Amino acid sequence: MDLNTIWFILVAVLLAGYAILDGFDLGVGILHLFIKGDNERRLALNSIGPVWDGNEVWLVTGGGALFAAFPEVYASAFSGFYTALMLLLVTLIFRAVAIEFRSKRPSPQWRQGWDLAFAAGSFGAALLMGVAFGNVAAGVPMDAEHNITAGLTGMLNPYALLVGATTVVLFAMHGAIYLVLKTEGDLQARIRTWVRPLIIWFVICYGLTTMATLLWHPHLAERMRAEPVWFLVPILTMLSVANVPREIFHGREFRAFLSSSAAIGLLVTLIGVGLYPNLLLATNDPAHSLTIVNAASSQKTLWIMLIIALIGVPLVLAYTAGIYWIFRGKAKIDKTSY
Amino acid sequence: MDDLTPLLARIQFAVTIGFHYIYPPLSIGLGVFLVIVEGLYLKTRDPQWRQVARFWTKVFALTFAIGVATGLVMEFEFGTNWAKYSRFVGDVFGSALAAEGIFAFFLESGFLALLLFGWDKVGPKLHYFATIMVCLGAHFSAVWIVIANSWMQTPAGHHIVQGPNGLRAEITDFWALVFNPSSMERLAHVLIGAWLAGAFLVISISAWYLLKRRHEGFARVSLGIGLVFALVASLLQLLTGHISADGVAKNQPAKFAAMEGHYAASAPADLTIVGWVDEKAKAVHGLTIPGGTSFLLHQNFTVPVTGLDAIPSDQHPPVQLTFQAYHAMIGIGMALIAVALLACILWWSGRLERQRWMLWLLVFAVLGPQLANQLGWMAAEVGRQPWIVQGLMRTKDAISPNVSSGQIIFSLCLFTVVYTGLFAAFIYLLNDKIQHGPDPEDAQGPLLKLPQKLTDALSGHRADGEG
Ligand code: HDD
Ligand code: HEM
Ligand code: HEM
Repeated sequence: MDLNTIWFILVAVLLAGYAILDGFDLGVGILHLFIKGDNERRLALNSIGPVWDGNEVWLVTGGGALFAAFPEVYASAFSGFYTALMLLLVTLIFRAVAIEFRSKRPSPQWRQGWDLAFAAGSFGAALLMGVAFGNVAAGVPMDAEHNITAGLTGMLNPYALLVGATTVVLFAMHGAIYLVLKTEGDLQARIRTWVRPLIIWFVICYGLTTMATLLWHPHLAERMRAEPVWFLVPILTMLSVANVPREIFHGREFRAFLSSSAAIGLLVTLIGVGLYPNLLLATNDPAHSLTIVNAASSQKTLWIMLIIALIGVPLVLAYTAGIYWIFRGKAKIDKTSY
Repeated sequence: MDDLTPLLARIQFAVTIGFHYIYPPLSIGLGVFLVIVEGLYLKTRDPQWRQVARFWTKVFALTFAIGVATGLVMEFEFGTNWAKYSRFVGDVFGSALAAEGIFAFFLESGFLALLLFGWDKVGPKLHYFATIMVCLGAHFSAVWIVIANSWMQTPAGHHIVQGPNGLRAEITDFWALVFNPSSMERLAHVLIGAWLAGAFLVISISAWYLLKRRHEGFARVSLGIGLVFALVASLLQLLTGHISADGVAKNQPAKFAAMEGHYAASAPADLTIVGWVDEKAKAVHGLTIPGGTSFLLHQNFTVPVTGLDAIPSDQHPPVQLTFQAYHAMIGIGMALIAVALLACILWWSGRLERQRWMLWLLVFAVLGPQLANQLGWMAAEVGRQPWIVQGLMRTKDAISPNVSSGQIIFSLCLFTVVYTGLFAAFIYLLNDKIQHGPDPEDAQGPLLKLPQKLTDALSGHRADGEG
């Protein structure tokens, strides 16, 4: 396998890792306002308390890896999605700060205000990321210098909005499962009842998105038609999703969570398979597309980066696993809690 | 893109990085402080140190949260504002940014969880290990970002080649890039500047407690450590600053000439203490030591130094701003040395707490390192102009061609509003923490909790239920 392909896969892995990990804490945020009671809300916040920041670092590192491995994509995408990205950053600021600040004051107004910021920030972030992802999947108009020529309104097309909505529902489902895993008693029983409707909503959105993709952006399915073995990916996705209610029913929340994590990873894989070897498709003229060849850094840099990744990633995985292990079990409120 | 876009993009970048840079120095400096006091706790097993460590951990959590939230913006802003720059340097610059993510941010954020929430979950040794890792992580992130920035000041280890989409810089020698001519001296200067910021925050809050006669025992020990730390750091900062200045004179003569307001193409350079640059008359009015700069560089008052007249005028940085920022930083640096020295002397001779004016001075000295840090970056970055990468690319050629002024104005207003609110909330909560003070419970009770969870984990016993 050539280095460029390895980096295509690594960037996809970082993205999938981000979606799986930050996905559940964004989901907890999306559901936040539906959780009633101050104590219950604190429990929900503290269920993600020790891990959300580390989860977000996957995005930071993904951005850095994209910059280093495919600087042309970094430059084109972020300048092209300028306004959307700035809004995304503001939503992420709000939720980060809300988590830290919310429980620092007893005043109900203070807490309600930050609750709102946390929920709106999480919802907005999920939606905007989904919209951006939809645009990347569908492709964007680009000039010969790879500058994106569509404005904000071009970005808010029906397909991208549909992907955005799907992302929100997916993260909400993933977050609800995580909450079932981390809570107990009444609160857990209440959240448990949310899982099934969220799954149903997700399946509907997923079905609609699939149809829209086949109708409007059939290029994403070309590889599957050429190499039918890739049909396994959507099939496995559906199986993973279908497995969730079964595991929840049997009280095996952790397996349910793994199942929905797998579904998210598979969805990212699906888009990756559809795009490869393109990273950013030019809808107006395929010659303007950014591919793993014309968007990449030099072979030497890709090598250096690979060495950095080979040293760094095992370390990161080791202590991330350690942190999740130490903070396993049900969320509790104590003196150091949010 | 129109005529205004480069300026707006610069302002927007300056506002966001300037705001971000309020917090990292505090996190880095407080991190070192936490390592010191928690180390003392482990060594002496005196719960008072635990109380000190826990209080400052809460302050640390606050600065860290805003540092993270605002840092995220920076990570993406190279692509949004400086797309052409990103295409040109991605091969070189991106690796440092990615290394920062892998080696620094994961370390910081992972162990932060243990630092903040792990007091009762893991044993004291493991907790201390986490504190050290968070502190190291914060330092590593400074390492990589300063390397990246230093490469823009003194590029090395690269060559310019035709890439798939035009000219670009590519790595030829990774270690030459990392150890480019200015990276290590600037790194030292930046880190010590951060220590000063942390030390003076500790000093300020402790001095205030002493003035208000609250938590006096707690305040005394915090203040003592803070003062020693500040004295050492402020002296080291003078040294590293001097080394940096030598380096700038050698590697970036235009920046150096602007910092000193030195015009004559080849003449001994004066040292100005305070002054005003008359850019038209090409002269500096103020308090100067003739030949002083020549002396600092060459230990000789008459050695000529390259001036701005020797450099084509389209490569001159804005002189007044560079000059003033640089001189204000040095002025503050000298004042900090004086304050730290005087306070230490008073403290050692047991007179500090009776000198209320001195305590008040210490309360407000917290602003010094913050201002000096901002001014230092201003001198370094404005002094590099008109280049974004010294000698290789101009700032005006670096900007995203498809981003309009309107878009930048929109985001600039957005961030200004959001950051103003954030800053207000930060001050409000910091004040709240200060008013609340250290938790008396932390100083009592069992000396050390047994590392129950640790033994549980090792013996495979599940501590709290289904996981
Ligand atoms: C001297 C140190 C220093 C400097 C010059 C910068 N930062 Fe910073 N940054 C830190 C030191 C730091 C830190 C100490 O590691 C932070 C800040 C507050 C914190 O508590 O972590 C951090 C946080 C932080 C984060 C969030 C990390 C997370 O989620 O844990 C990002 C993405 C960046 N920074 C990116 C940048 C970029 C792109 C910069 C340059 C333009 C930059 N920082 C300048
Ligand atoms: C005491 C005398 C000081 C001297 C002689 C000095 C010297 C310098 C010089 C020459 C630079 C420019 C380096 C470059 O452009 O490459 C610089 C930058 C800087 N200074 Fe200072 N400095 C002093 C004090 C301080 C203090 C007290 C602080 C903060 C607490 C500080 C913080 C900074 C920062 C953050 C930068 C920008 C980063 C860099 O370029 O290294 N300096 N300083
Ligand atoms: C990391 C801490 C940094 C600080 C505190 C800092 C500080 C500053 C400041 C104060 C300015 C305003 C100068 C002006 O408006 O003229 C500025 C401008 C700028 N900086 Fe930095 N900077 C940092 C790092 C970086 C890095 C890593 C880059 C790498 C791309 C960078 C690129 C720029 C650019 C492109 C500008 C706009 C050009 C300009 O107006 O000078 N900075 N920075």
